[in-house]
Amino acid sequence: MIKTKQLFAALTLMVTGLSSAHADYTLNLMEGATELSRDVYGLHMWVFWICVVIGIIVFGAMFYSIYYHRKSMGHKAEQFHESTTIEILWTIIPTVILVAMAIPATKLMLKMDNVQESEMSIKVTGWQWKWEYEYMDNGIHFFSTLDEASNKARQKDSGIDPRSVPHYLLNVDKPLVVPVNTKIRFLFTAADVIHSWWVPDLGWKKDTIPGFINEAWTSVEKAGTYRGQCTELCGKDHGFMPIVVIAMEKEDYQEWVMEQKGLALEEASAATKEWTADELIAKGETVYTNNCSSCHMGDGAGMAGTFPAITASSVVTGDIDAQVELMMNGKGMMPAFGQMLSAVDFAAVSTFIRNGLGNEVGDSIQPSAIQAKQSALPEDEGEDDDE
Amino acid sequence: MSAATAEHDDHHDHGPEKGLLRWIVTTNHKDIGTMYLIFALAMFFVGGTMALIIRTELFEPGMQFVDPQFFNSMTTMHALVMVFGAVMPAFVGLANWQIPLMIGAPDMALPRMNNMSFWMLVAGVLLLASTLFMEGGAPASGWTLYPPLVLQTGNALPFAIFSVHLLGISSIMGAINVIATIFNMRAPAMTLMKMPLFVWTWLITAFLLIAIMPVFAGAVTMLLTDRFFDTSFFDAAGGGDPVLYQHIFWFFGHPEVYVMILPTFGVASTIIPVFARKPLFGYSSMVYATAAIAFLSFIVWAHHMFTVGMPMAGELYFMYATMLIAIPTGVKIFNWTATMWKGSMTFEAPMLFSIAFVVLFTLGGFTGLMMSLAPVDFQYHDTYFIVAHFHYTLVPASVFILMAAGYFWLPKWTGNMYDEKLAKLHFWLSAISVNILFFPQHFLGLAGMPRRIPDYAVQFADWNMISSIGAFIYGPSQLIFVYIVYKTIKGGTGEKVTDEVWEGAKEQSLEWTLPSPTPYHTFAEPPKEVPTMSTGR
Repeated sequence: MIKTKQLFAALTLMVTGLSSAHADYTLNLMEGATELSRDVYGLHMWVFWICVVIGIIVFGAMFYSIYYHRKSMGHKAEQFHESTTIEILWTIIPTVILVAMAIPATKLMLKMDNVQESEMSIKVTGWQWKWEYEYMDNGIHFFSTLDEASNKARQKDSGIDPRSVPHYLLNVDKPLVVPVNTKIRFLFTAADVIHSWWVPDLGWKKDTIPGFINEAWTSVEKAGTYRGQCTELCGKDHGFMPIVVIAMEKEDYQEWVMEQKGLALEEASAATKEWTADELIAKGETVYTNNCSSCHMGDGAGMAGTFPAITASSVVTGDIDAQVELMMNGKGMMPAFGQMLSAVDFAAVSTFIRNGLGNEVGDSIQPSAIQAKQSALPEDEGEDDDE
Repeated sequence: MSAATAEHDDHHDHGPEKGLLRWIVTTNHKDIGTMYLIFALAMFFVGGTMALIIRTELFEPGMQFVDPQFFNSMTTMHALVMVFGAVMPAFVGLANWQIPLMIGAPDMALPRMNNMSFWMLVAGVLLLASTLFMEGGAPASGWTLYPPLVLQTGNALPFAIFSVHLLGISSIMGAINVIATIFNMRAPAMTLMKMPLFVWTWLITAFLLIAIMPVFAGAVTMLLTDRFFDTSFFDAAGGGDPVLYQHIFWFFGHPEVYVMILPTFGVASTIIPVFARKPLFGYSSMVYATAAIAFLSFIVWAHHMFTVGMPMAGELYFMYATMLIAIPTGVKIFNWTATMWKGSMTFEAPMLFSIAFVVLFTLGGFTGLMMSLAPVDFQYHDTYFIVAHFHYTLVPASVFILMAAGYFWLPKWTGNMYDEKLAKLHFWLSAISVNILFFPQHFLGLAGMPRRIPDYAVQFADWNMISSIGAFIYGPSQLIFVYIVYKTIKGGTGEKVTDEVWEGAKEQSLEWTLPSPTPYHTFAEPPKEVPTMSTGR
């Protein structure tokens, strides 16, 4: 007995010692930044305290009995084995408690389900392994991917301490920006497999399902940055597709919208300009790191049996149009990049892989040529890449 | 009658065959039970090794040891091996050993099928394990095998599906055998409401198995045709629906988790009265509660899917139905507490594991109740909170009770006493480390850590490290159990046990009326009387 006590004490010390070393851990659900998330938190605490009270009563009785009704204390066993009264009581009381939980839960459920009277809509599409955001009201449209610093640090044996990366694995290249105090309706779907969109501070998560649309709503009360992750296992990089939502004051948001529209125009004109092969290769390297390297590896070696190598690949060293075709439409586990990348990025990475990673084909393709091919793609996502 | 049997006796009363053949062709319920138990224990360590690989990678943030794809294979295979290779076969092993002994039958009703179902299990699990070495790796889509993701599996997919078919056939045959045995082979005095609760819970479990295994086999067959024969059951582009798979899967999957917990309840209800030296409190309410839980398990499946976007009516229905499970489960926990109340308790290893089960399973029950509330589950779903919840209902529940059952019946089976000191060490190491392992996972989930991720944000680092330390203690300390079992079989402490082994056990159940060690053939003639203390009638 003494030994076990010592062991227990040592473990407790170890546990408390370790956790005091870092201060930013949390124990409980966050209250979040919306009315819904606070309601959820309230219900969570309500049920939690009910469980605590029941636990104290049941475990209290059990441990009283374990202590006093021992053979070593000389306690003689009584031989009762049923009591209709008490059995009815401990069936009815839990039923009443359940009703006390079900009523607030039902109210909250109805509230969360009500997407009526929303002021704007954002369509979220899950991809392996990034998020696509489309603002239905003003046409802003972009992809959001794990940021470069996290992506470098998370490679096996990267030698980079994750603690030195700000918001490791919870940061993206292009966050979702929303105005505060605005009822936003989200529409969810997916392009390949099922994902799930979760920002804890908003109070819910919703699955994104290929071929189907789900809905949910939020209205963020405080300006700030809110982080979350994909929560439905979606393949190799499931752990590496974070979500960042920046809630801005309404004026700031309007400014951001104007800025995005300007950027879209710039991008369009960049696609029509003539690029040199060197420019494309330089840009393509970054695009490759952000979009391709997680499967085909940083050096283009791929992973035997699962992801083909880029280096010396017959597709990459063969006809450029066939290569572009495959990248546009995807194949098997390879996503269709046709709509995911801008014409410039697409042309850049297509050129890069033919002239880098150990390949020396020597040709290139212009963004304008890609743009022509992209406009021939079907409008909506989710076209099926038959196995 | 007795004269005829006596004449047959020298013909029938032979021991087992010699050598390896004994185990391959045996139809003896005790031999088959032993093989199931040993196989399950071996798989417990295989699945446990996979868990330790997972916890090693999660010890610190950053990717140090495995690739994300292999990590996903590990979470998938850990679950499949533990569910289908360890916990389920272990309970089938206990059923094989104990059901005939507890109802006064000479063997299982269908001994040859019994042998076949064991060897099919071995084939199924080996086939599943072989996928680890295939091109593209083992399945990495989680044990739920959700499409479309699972359709991206490499060469392993058809093998994994065929393995599920084999495991399903094996389970169904085992279940048929249990039902046939219980309905046809009870001693005349053993009426249904005099059966020990372990037999009752297994009878109900067997019906669950027969109902659900074909459903699972159907679901995975649809995956097979979607992948290879151009059907579109789960493909929206062809008019199908990926969520349909989830409905079918969880129609199987929810009763499946009760397949692992109902026999657990049965063993706990058998052990606690013996060490409290009292009859079980509320025998008939225990039977009805088990039946009620089994029934409810069929109508609550979509609580695993609150976030898939069901209609409001569906969400509310599945929420209410799920909450109802708390009532019969509560009755069971109150009954166990009342059984201990005013008893004369001693705390040998089986009792310690059983009490830990009641306490820690109740914690898992509390989190289950929290998750039944759909709007709050939107936060909990697919986080480490869920991982903590179902591990509390499986490890310190099913696995602890399997250990308890081992210590409880091993002296009966072998005639030797196990080493109580070592067993207590095993218990305390397990009970403490299992909480270090799983309790912090509640905090991780609530703080926002999704499940099935190979790497995590740094604010989750501390609790993950503590959880991994718990795993590093819990895993190896199970080797103590292997050592104790081995020593007990080889002679134990040297102290020969009495027939009833535990004080007063004869009053509780039939197996303790037999000699220790249990002879190779038992109850060639049914017992005239059955103990009534455990049933209170």
